[in-house]
Amino acid sequence: MIDMNNIKKVYDTGKIQVEALRGVNLQIEEGDFMTVVGPSGSGKSTLMNIIGCLDKPSEGEYKLNQKSVKNFNDNQLSEIRNQDIGFVFQNFNLLPYASAYENVEMPLLFAGMSGKKRRERVEYILDRVGLSERMGHKPNELSGGQKQRVAIARALVNNPKIILADEPTGNLDTKTGENIMQLFIELWKEGNTIVMITHDPRATKYSEKAVKLIDGKIKNQTMD
Amino acid sequence: MLKNILQVLRELKKQKLRTFLTLFGIIWGTVSVILLLAFGFAIKAQTSESMHGLGESICIMWSGKTSISYAGFPRGRNLHFQKGDAEFLRDQVPLIGNISPQYSRSVAVRVKDKKQSFNINAVLPEFTKMRNLVPRMGGRFLNQLDEKKRRRVVFIGFDVEEKMFGKGNGLGKTIYIEGMPFTVIGVLIQKKQDSSYNGRDKDAIYMPVSTYLGIYGDRYMDNMVCKAENVEYTDQMKDDIQLAYARKYRFHPDDTEALGIWDTTENEKFLNTFFGGFNIFLGVVGVMTLIVGGIGISNIMYVIVEERTNEIGIKRAVGAKKHLILFQYLTETFVIAGLGTIIGFLISMGIIALTNQLPLKEYIGTLVLDPVIAMTTIIIIVMITLAAGWGPATRASNLDPVIAINK
Ligand SMILES: Nc1ncnc2c1ncn2[C@@H]1O[C@H](COP(=O)(O)OP(=O)(O)OP(=O)(O)O)[C@@H](O)[C@H]1O
Ligand SMILES: [Mg+2]
Repeated sequence: MIDMNNIKKVYDTGKIQVEALRGVNLQIEEGDFMTVVGPSGSGKSTLMNIIGCLDKPSEGEYKLNQKSVKNFNDNQLSEIRNQDIGFVFQNFNLLPYASAYENVEMPLLFAGMSGKKRRERVEYILDRVGLSERMGHKPNELSGGQKQRVAIARALVNNPKIILADEPTGNLDTKTGENIMQLFIELWKEGNTIVMITHDPRATKYSEKAVKLIDGKIKNQTMD
Repeated sequence: MLKNILQVLRELKKQKLRTFLTLFGIIWGTVSVILLLAFGFAIKAQTSESMHGLGESICIMWSGKTSISYAGFPRGRNLHFQKGDAEFLRDQVPLIGNISPQYSRSVAVRVKDKKQSFNINAVLPEFTKMRNLVPRMGGRFLNQLDEKKRRRVVFIGFDVEEKMFGKGNGLGKTIYIEGMPFTVIGVLIQKKQDSSYNGRDKDAIYMPVSTYLGIYGDRYMDNMVCKAENVEYTDQMKDDIQLAYARKYRFHPDDTEALGIWDTTENEKFLNTFFGGFNIFLGVVGVMTLIVGGIGISNIMYVIVEERTNEIGIKRAVGAKKHLILFQYLTETFVIAGLGTIIGFLISMGIIALTNQLPLKEYIGTLVLDPVIAMTTIIIIVMITLAAGWGPATRASNLDPVIAINK
């Protein structure tokens, strides 16, 4: 499903050029649970952004479903992010003024789904992550774990082909983090494809593929 | 869309001071444009109404003194309009639509034991059209039959009526002019008049030329009043009159002092040019204020975009297209500007209503919210808002999603 060939990413910050990725080769198949580990600054988030079509590689070939991402324009990339990718971030990234329901509904609005179907879908997904009681709450009325559940529901709502999670438990206490990790494992078992940046040993235990990034390069790619 | 607007309003409510300052700019601008132009238009209408008190696009002619020696005559010869001159000109100059001689003199007038002196003017019936001498209901101006039969009838100004009979009591009564009884057949309606020659119409008495000549037998008339058949040919008509007259009285055709012509269309042209310029000036001042308001909105929108960078990043990350973000922020700009415009219109209408209550009618006339001004203002605001919102909205839509979401 995902095929990356010699991906490089260079950030040009005026004087210095930062080589965040220096030739990454990566394959992800449907139903995979892949974890990405590596020290801070090794390029994990950069790789994730490229996989999620939020950013473009400076060099190399990235094929998503056999199609080269290079050829897509901004509108098409937006559609891919909307339809095929579900993002979960470390710091939740919820709209502060919008309720849990409205936050989850947002991608469906961009997809142009009709009102009735939207309502059904949002309610179903919020129920799935265990938040049907909290639909009308604003992010500041929710705990960290609940916020992350809203974010996961938002990532799932358009039935994406792949879920990308960048340290989804990084801002949560151990107990809550455990629950969230459990939720991801369940989602994977239900057939979702998941790529997760994490140092959580539970995740690495379940994942079939573990990628270790060091200095913008993949050190080893193990298969369980 | 509706949701979008509600969110904008919610945001505006939260940031009260900022909202107030932003709206203030646009409100101030709207009120400026509308009020400045409303005042400008009203003053123009008022001035033009009092100017028409004298008559619309008429020429008043006096005979003068030659200033060029011609055909054996020395310069400095006195010329006089004489009986038959009006008919002569009407005959010679086809461009003339109406023409009337005007004889006048000051006479002693009496009604019962009230005595006072007034100007009487002997004129032809068509004088009413040229000089806006409109009779009050129930009365009439001098007509052809009066002229033909030398009737002893008069048409009087409303001040003459008030002084001699009391307000509204003159019609049909008898008035004694140097001892001779005349019937009042009409009284002038109230009107404004800002310019005149030999006295205001409200203080004058009008009688048929034939009656007048029968009594006084003047050799010379004081002046003539004429109006072109088609106002656009007034200049041509004046030239033709000059030529015809020069031929009859044998003065040099270029002698500008032999015949004096006061062309009120000139006043009108001046008035139009003056107020045209004045209103453009007022409009420009108002639009400048609006532009300043627009710059205020633009700045606020930049601040809002800056504050919502993370939000924009989130939306882009979950699939919002660029043009959607662009549209959202343009809409927001329009909601703010629209709110300011509505408030501005309400305030302007309030001020207009209040001003019309004040006793200022004589100077500024009646203020109205002219639909053309209103539409023009709205169109200008829309354009300014588009310009004000475009910068911030494109900045918002062009944000790099990765950078934006990490803000
Ligand atoms: N927008 C950017 N401009 C310039 N340099 C950047 C930018 N984003 C990332 N970098 C640099 O690229 C390198 C990789 O960053 P990245 O965020 O991918 O690391 P990471 O592995 O996710 O680290 P962490 O574990 O701290 O999240 C770092 O050196 C970082 O400073
Ligand atoms: Mg990172």
